[in-house]
Amino acid sequence: MYALNEGAIPVVNAASADGVYSLLWLVVALPLAGATILLVGGRYTDKWGHLLGTLLPIGSFLVSLVLFFDLLGRDEGDRQVSQHVFTWFQTGHLDVGMDLLYDPLSALFLLLITGVGSLIHVYSIGYMAHDLRRRRFFGYLNLFVAAMLMLVLSENYLGLFLGWEGVGLASYLLIGFWQHKPSAAAAGKKAFVINRVGDMGISTSIMMFFALFGSTSFTVISEKAANASETQLTILGLLLLLGACAKSAQFPLQAWLLDAMEGPTPVSALIHAATMVTAGVYLIVRSNFIFEAAPHAQTAVVVVALISILWGAAIGCAKDDIKKGLAGSTMSQIGYMMLGAGLGAAGYAFAIFHLLTHGFFKANMFLGAGSVMHGMNDDVDMRHYGALRKMMPVTFLTFAMGYLAIIGFPGFSGFWSKDKIIETALADNWLVGICAIIGAGITGFYMTRMMLMTFFGDDRRWEKDVHPHESPSVMTVPLVVLAALSVLGGVMLAGDWIQDFLAPVVGTGAHEDPPLPALAVTVIVVLVVASGVAVAWLLFGRREVPRTAPQDVSFVTRAAREELYGNQINDGLVVNPGRHLVGGLLTIDKHVVDGTFTGGPVSLGTLAGFARRAQNGFVRTYALSLLGGVLIVVLALLAVNLA
Amino acid sequence: MDVTAYVVLSGILFTIGCVGVLIRRNAIVVFMCVELMLNASNLALVAFARQHGNLDGQIAAFFVMVVAAAEVVVGLAIIMTIFRTRRSASVDDASLLKY
Amino acid sequence: MIAFWILAPVMVIAALGLLFVRKAVHAALLLAVVMMSLAVLYAALEAPFLFAVQIIVYTGAILMLFLFVLMLVGVDASDSIVETIRGQRVLAAVFGLGLGLVMVLGLSQISLGTAVGLEDANAAGNIQALANILFSRYVFAFEVTSALLITAAVGAMVLAHRERLTPKPTQRSLAAQRMKDYAELGTHPGPLPPPGVYARHNAVDTPALLPDGTAAESSVSRVLAARGTVRSAPARAEDIHEIEGTLSGATHAGRDAVAPATTTEVTPATGEDSE
Repeated sequence: MYALNEGAIPVVNAASADGVYSLLWLVVALPLAGATILLVGGRYTDKWGHLLGTLLPIGSFLVSLVLFFDLLGRDEGDRQVSQHVFTWFQTGHLDVGMDLLYDPLSALFLLLITGVGSLIHVYSIGYMAHDLRRRRFFGYLNLFVAAMLMLVLSENYLGLFLGWEGVGLASYLLIGFWQHKPSAAAAGKKAFVINRVGDMGISTSIMMFFALFGSTSFTVISEKAANASETQLTILGLLLLLGACAKSAQFPLQAWLLDAMEGPTPVSALIHAATMVTAGVYLIVRSNFIFEAAPHAQTAVVVVALISILWGAAIGCAKDDIKKGLAGSTMSQIGYMMLGAGLGAAGYAFAIFHLLTHGFFKANMFLGAGSVMHGMNDDVDMRHYGALRKMMPVTFLTFAMGYLAIIGFPGFSGFWSKDKIIETALADNWLVGICAIIGAGITGFYMTRMMLMTFFGDDRRWEKDVHPHESPSVMTVPLVVLAALSVLGGVMLAGDWIQDFLAPVVGTGAHEDPPLPALAVTVIVVLVVASGVAVAWLLFGRREVPRTAPQDVSFVTRAAREELYGNQINDGLVVNPGRHLVGGLLTIDKHVVDGTFTGGPVSLGTLAGFARRAQNGFVRTYALSLLGGVLIVVLALLAVNLA
Repeated sequence: MDVTAYVVLSGILFTIGCVGVLIRRNAIVVFMCVELMLNASNLALVAFARQHGNLDGQIAAFFVMVVAAAEVVVGLAIIMTIFRTRRSASVDDASLLKY
Repeated sequence: MIAFWILAPVMVIAALGLLFVRKAVHAALLLAVVMMSLAVLYAALEAPFLFAVQIIVYTGAILMLFLFVLMLVGVDASDSIVETIRGQRVLAAVFGLGLGLVMVLGLSQISLGTAVGLEDANAAGNIQALANILFSRYVFAFEVTSALLITAAVGAMVLAHRERLTPKPTQRSLAAQRMKDYAELGTHPGPLPPPGVYARHNAVDTPALLPDGTAAESSVSRVLAARGTVRSAPARAEDIHEIEGTLSGATHAGRDAVAPATTTEVTPATGEDSE
């Protein structure tokens, strides 16, 4: 069925679901049912809503687990299963089914989403315990999980788009969950609007799929993609990249991610670290049959990824808000995944690998940050932290595991995944590789800064009335689980397991030798990271951290604090010209268009207004005009007779 | 005997009647002016009957008189009704039917 | 043609008068002049039947109808000279003059030739000849005319008829209303007092005197009160006294010696009386 040729682009060719796979629809249906019950049921479900909302994703996770092990037991070439749930719509030549596709790629995503998602649900029980609207929060979380599962399970782009939009909606609702804060409401709106830009790319590409291939099914498109011209595929690739950029907060559509931290911390962990932002990476890996045949689009992906790596890292270095610092790091880390995805068949597997490990350690750190905030009366400014390692030991230890994973401490999960991507990048192009290595160094710097400012030091810069304390176990247990995963995530690479596992979906790239031996690359990366850590220790570990951010700083620091002027650039390039354009159009519409259309009738009406004055009701005036008419007729007769 | 003079007289009377209709405001006087116009046309009819040696003109004048009688009856009744409701015989007061 | 040249200026002047007189009655009389003159011209134009009809029907019936309506509407109602519609008079004059000039000039330019005359047609008599035509060639039009006249008569009746919207008041209801007014408004229920009556003349303009000697104002017509011609009974009494004095002075000259004091006193009353 599937021939494992090196460099060949695999074709989606799924067997129809039977046996245990007929339960596939349950994976999506369970959280969807949870969302429906919790949101429709309203306050009648207040008492047990959070429990139901937690159990259903766990159920999904169990189903995913069963499916995953069954998939492992199958033959390597037989690992694609599709289930036709129902026909969505059928008009003319268009036939779109609600089909689900279960293959190694979606299997891994299912585990990540339901697994990490379930942990975050558990964590939220504790974190949101005092929120009056906890039940609604769980409803939204379930809706989000269902949409994300739909996104990764759909067998066609239209179903993927359905999930894509559902994720956007849930994200909007969750970011603005504390809508009584204007900043939260604005942040939700901002995320929604920026995501619409990306949706434009996706919907346009779906239209192109219909036009070019007559279908949006992965099966059909992967088979026919070779027939399309490279230009068409490049356009498709760029459109998909636009969508991916918006959803994954990549340059130039990254501005929403930092504002999205206005949402409750579990949301930041679930959506803006582990799952939703990875949708862009998923999209590009899933569309590998497009990108493989469109090298220019791939180059664009790589460029976007590199800019995002450095941009996000720069933001991470400057932010004093712990969540925003992590958000900058998320942007940077997703840049690595995009880089891997942009490198083609050689990088897809590593992109997914990094995505998984990042899902673990970033969720871990976000939840850890939430735990810290929980103990610090929701203060997010790291300058008000310090010396917390003794006050909240579990949080400190788990956060440290995540920290070591993200900077790539040898042996931790992040070390394996990031190293592989850098290696592949170096093999592809040494410039790209060096940029990636620099990014890794900066990662070491800003993560160390965060660790030092939060947990180390001896000066307690806490606000008054703050009594740091460890979080309840319902919050720390997920932290421990995630920490363990952060440490051990690297096992997936053992024996090239993940590459082989994903090969039926993404193929295997031609193996290119990097300019340096792999071991040398690893050593260099570790040294660069170590120097970043050292610099951070010199700057923050040995000196006292001021409670307010110093103002006499270099231009670079100021720029980084301002998120490299991303918002200002957006405002200057898009928002303000847009406003002026709309204002101008409105003026034109009001005065020129409306003037043209209403001017005629209005002038006619004015004319008629004057003309109707003739109808003054006086019989004698009418008689006068009658006499005038008679006179004219008589004169005319005379003229005719004389002529 | 030439009837041209009669016809010219008829024209003059008709014109005076016309102007009377236009400038008088009392409805009854306006009505009298209409009668004057009818009489002027009668004069022309009778004159032309003599010119052509044919009595048809006189018959026509006779019919005009009959019609004038009927018209006066109805017209004066209308004037009466208007006067009864509006206490005025001015043609300008009955000017509700306007813009 | 002598009759024509005499009557034509009269007719034109009378017709022009129609335009300028202010009173409707005068207009009607001027119109009568025009119509009578027309009748004479008909006679001159060998139309004796129309001559008679013009006088009897037009002048006699129609014009009288006009006068009758004028009486109903009010003889006094004279037109105000102010023109309310702007430009109406000027335009009417311009158009009228235009039409008149065109007609007069145009008609005087043509030559109709010698008139045939009606001697032949009227050989058996004008009325017989007309009847022959009317009841043969124009019989249908004649019959239609009858329908027209009936319609006009019915129409006039319908228009002039006033619908009674309330039931006719009975004597009983009138009496009840009167007592009700007395109860609610204090209106006097009985008939008004008659004016003062004196032996010498029926003094409608003099109010009756109430038992206390004051005048009963309601005993004289309001119209007289509005005109200010009401007399007072005491003044009348002085008046009588003076007349008596004059009369007795004529017969008994010796009384004059006593009279002057009173005579000078009543002089104003006398002057008032003479007005």
